[in-house]
Amino acid sequence: MRVLKELSRQPAALFGLAIVLAVVILALAAPLIAPYSPDEQMFDGLTLEGAPIGPGAQFWLGTDTLGRDLFSRLLYGARTSLVIGIVANGVAVAIGLAIGIAGGYLRGLSGNLIMRFTDLMMAFPALLLAIVLAALLKPSLWIVALVIALVNWVQVARIVYTETRGLSERDFILAERALGAGHGRILFLHILPHLMPTAIVWGTLGIATTVLLEATLSFLGIGVQPPQPSWGNIIFESQSYFQAAPWLVFFPGAVILLTALAFNLVGDALRDILDPTQRGRG
Amino acid sequence: MLAVLARRLVQSVLILLGVAAITFVLLYALPADPARMIAGRSATAATVANIRHELGLDQPLLQQFGTYLSHLLEGNLGRSYAQKTEVATLIAARLPATLTLMVAGIFMELVIGITLGVIAAVARGGAVDRLIMMTAFVGVSAPQFIVALFLLYVFAATLGWFPMSGFGTAAHLVLPATTLGILGAGWYARIVRSAMIDVLNQDYIRTARAKGLSGARIILRHALPNAILPVIAMIGIDIGQFMGGVVVVEAVYGWPGIGQLAWQAIQQVDIPIIMGVTLTSALAIVIGNLAADLIAPAVDPRIRSH
Amino acid sequence: MFKRLALATTAIAMLALAPMAAARADTPAQGGDIVVTYKDDITTLDPAIGYDWVNWSMIKSLFSRLMDYDPGTAKVVPSLAESFEVSPDGLTYTFKLRKGVKFSNGRALVAGDVKYSIERAVNPKTQGPGAGFFGAIKGFDELTAGKAEVLSGIETPDDGTVVFHLSRPDATFLHVLAINFASVVPKEAVEAAGGDFGKKPVGSGAFILKDWTIGQQLVFERNPDYYLKDVPHIDKVTVEVGQEPLVALLRLQKGEVDIAGDGIPPAKFLEVKNSPDGAQIIVDGEQLHTGYITLNTKVKPFDNLKVRQAVNMAINKERITRILNGRATPANQVLPPLMPGYDKAFTGYAYDVEKAKALLAEAGFADGFETVLYSTNTDPQPRIAQAIQQDLAAIGIKAEVRALAQANVIAAGGTEGEAPMIWSGGMAWIADFPDPSNFYGPILGCAGAVQGGWNWSWYCNKDLDARAIAADSMSDPAKAAERQAAWGKVFTDIMADAPWVPVINERRVVAKSPRMGGPDNIYIDPTRVINYDAIYVKQ
Repeated sequence: MRVLKELSRQPAALFGLAIVLAVVILALAAPLIAPYSPDEQMFDGLTLEGAPIGPGAQFWLGTDTLGRDLFSRLLYGARTSLVIGIVANGVAVAIGLAIGIAGGYLRGLSGNLIMRFTDLMMAFPALLLAIVLAALLKPSLWIVALVIALVNWVQVARIVYTETRGLSERDFILAERALGAGHGRILFLHILPHLMPTAIVWGTLGIATTVLLEATLSFLGIGVQPPQPSWGNIIFESQSYFQAAPWLVFFPGAVILLTALAFNLVGDALRDILDPTQRGRG
Repeated sequence: MLAVLARRLVQSVLILLGVAAITFVLLYALPADPARMIAGRSATAATVANIRHELGLDQPLLQQFGTYLSHLLEGNLGRSYAQKTEVATLIAARLPATLTLMVAGIFMELVIGITLGVIAAVARGGAVDRLIMMTAFVGVSAPQFIVALFLLYVFAATLGWFPMSGFGTAAHLVLPATTLGILGAGWYARIVRSAMIDVLNQDYIRTARAKGLSGARIILRHALPNAILPVIAMIGIDIGQFMGGVVVVEAVYGWPGIGQLAWQAIQQVDIPIIMGVTLTSALAIVIGNLAADLIAPAVDPRIRSH
Repeated sequence: MFKRLALATTAIAMLALAPMAAARADTPAQGGDIVVTYKDDITTLDPAIGYDWVNWSMIKSLFSRLMDYDPGTAKVVPSLAESFEVSPDGLTYTFKLRKGVKFSNGRALVAGDVKYSIERAVNPKTQGPGAGFFGAIKGFDELTAGKAEVLSGIETPDDGTVVFHLSRPDATFLHVLAINFASVVPKEAVEAAGGDFGKKPVGSGAFILKDWTIGQQLVFERNPDYYLKDVPHIDKVTVEVGQEPLVALLRLQKGEVDIAGDGIPPAKFLEVKNSPDGAQIIVDGEQLHTGYITLNTKVKPFDNLKVRQAVNMAINKERITRILNGRATPANQVLPPLMPGYDKAFTGYAYDVEKAKALLAEAGFADGFETVLYSTNTDPQPRIAQAIQQDLAAIGIKAEVRALAQANVIAAGGTEGEAPMIWSGGMAWIADFPDPSNFYGPILGCAGAVQGGWNWSWYCNKDLDARAIAADSMSDPAKAAERQAAWGKVFTDIMADAPWVPVINERRVVAKSPRMGGPDNIYIDPTRVINYDAIYVKQ
């Protein structure tokens, strides 16, 4: 409750929260709001030469190269991209935190084993895995989410590991240990809060990168398949048209950026509230 | 120290073996037949069978893997199916370009990222800080292909400051490295900022400030060094990523790196090349991480290697 | 010829019998250095192995063969051969070699080199994709089975004579001797290269490979000793690889590049076409290409003829050509319009949604059904697949599009019962030589309807197979017209069973700088794509 109360005192955080909520509501209410079906290739959605149509009264944000309404596709695409950016990316950050802390805090063989496993996963040929899965499984959003979670935690783990190693040698931790504090107490009260900034960096920047990564992986056949839209695949399909039809890249790029920034505002505020060393400071 | 190094080297070899095994199994599981890809569709079943036999693809998986490993021990990465030439030659020909771009790309990331991160940390909470963090987001969220093409259009095609395509001179390197710098600097900026703020709020810094130490001195002597550890870890990650090849940036600037080789090999199911490139980048990742772990205690004496 | 097509969406053109000189003001000039770009690296220049559409034209110009084609046409003419004779039973071919031909290593080319080169292409140890083309030569089975090291059907009575003995008449044999796999190579250079002949090629063609920087560029120089007078026109061709098509086009517009080998990317086509210098840059030619949907006759409900016919009537081909910015025309039969045997009078299945629905209802699928449509994943193929998907939805068929890497699609197509429908874009059939027979066997005949085969409709009609074999044994040149008519009938009769939906005939687009001269059909040559021997720089 204290968290919510403090959050509500920060205008930037409220603004971010409002955007996040708005995106989620728009995604859920897409069928009610979208002016067209996201998949309908309209006859008047292309010029007679077959070029997409720019933003205007009929198609607010223009059409894509198949004559589909971009605004409707962005609304529906939010469903896919939110799952990827928030769930898949969130899981990856959580796994990365857990493994990185374990690797950095545990001594001896187990810590070492954990980090060598991380090295192995980092060298893992993810694209190849995606191609193989694409050939063996029926493509779905959840498979691509799973692959992203499986692949993306590694980098978080590396950073967290390094930081945890540094932290666990600091005076105040050593002092706690000397006083006989349990591992749980040290981890949750001292180490984890210090890692919050890192978690927030990856959690928020990761939204943007995973949304784009989804498009690459889906392109190889494991994720959402045409005509189902996602923010990433709208950009991916149209990026070579960025001069001929800039709206096809600009609008999805803008919503990805906006969403990631909104989460960042909320994340920064949360960190300020939760971080023991920063309490009471801006 | 030497004991640690020796142990880590042994472990590194095991990791490479693991990567080789995983990749081999994945390629085996791929329901695409390299022999058919080579043979084309005019080939008779007998031709395909012959090719499969000549490539050794009709042997059991374990035996194939055993053969591969024994060749690997002799430094032999095998011959490409499609190009009918030594994989080692193909990779070696592209290694200089990949290494050059990796070093220059990381350098650009560091220059842009650390500068922005330090400014943001010092001005934390203010408008400058917010602006920088927003820029970091724009860079990280931007699609590579578009950033690369945009820079090419502006600085090469229109202004003519740099060549549009190719490899060889420093001028060729500027745009690809800057593209990587712009795309990756956001991570470094955010990491540097967080690590510095963490330190700037600690008691000893406040003590130092109270003692009258100047701002610049505090930042350079106390705050910035504390960002070094995560930055080193991040560099280790980037080494791995860039060694695997930066397909999009290489393609736009006609940069003859490993990424393009890998991409083409995947399309052609050219297993020896895929194996070779995967192992090369795995080696770089292992070395990068090893270096990061070994350097950490050197820059931060509180960490003992364990 | 799958790989040549597979690496790009387009393939070799076929301007059979099109007039060569389209009355241009410019005349061939000697000299000039040009720059050509490709996205993909050149895999190999070994003529026994190279089989993609990029290296195809380079191998053509590095090596020579007994037979070749007149530039810009599909007319097969003697090349290394000075003359040839065919026995009345069509089983013996005797070639007299041109005198004084030298390899670029200085040695004179003799009959034994021809024999060695073809045996090398057939030998399983070479791992070449072209062995099957020489199946009519006596001794083929023994060599492929590893029971012999030579082809008993090739004799060299003297250094200037090669005799081929065939085990069966083959009406396409002269074409076979003109394909790249029949290129003549010197044994000593192959052996000296130690397996790397593809990177160190030695031939007797119009050009010589001077330098190869792997992953960056290849430099070809004019062969001063080439046996054809005033060929080639260009002094030096530099091929730059790893060039993104968008950037290559930009460099071409800036004057850095003379030919953008990958053509104009879809995203840029309208912009270039409508620009002032567009007409000078774009070379747009018809090619021997048919884009089609395979309907798997072994997967329900496509085992039902009425369903296959309904799908044939449901596809709005006009809209698909519009999505391609008009770079294609609707197709109604298997053969493309320029292929001998194409039936102008044939109308196929007209676009008729109501009739398609009625047929589906007759077949017992009034409410439609669910199925899967495979496609490769490079632009514009997924877009076309989605257009097809929408057309199918209009008659109640819910098709899930699965856009995959090409290797995966090929694997699915060759697995029995796996892929109900495949959009062929990016993998469509292109002839190895301009003859209708090459459009049948592997992709529509019973022989291709096997595990790992290329007949993705899994269509097998024994009656048509027999007629195909009969047509191919008419090797007497006097019967050429009769043979062509017989083949034409095979392809139109197939459509009664509707194993395919022929969708479009795609044109090929190449981008060249305004200084490049010559008619369009040497840039979209039916048998070479770009004919490096014939192109020239305007003075």
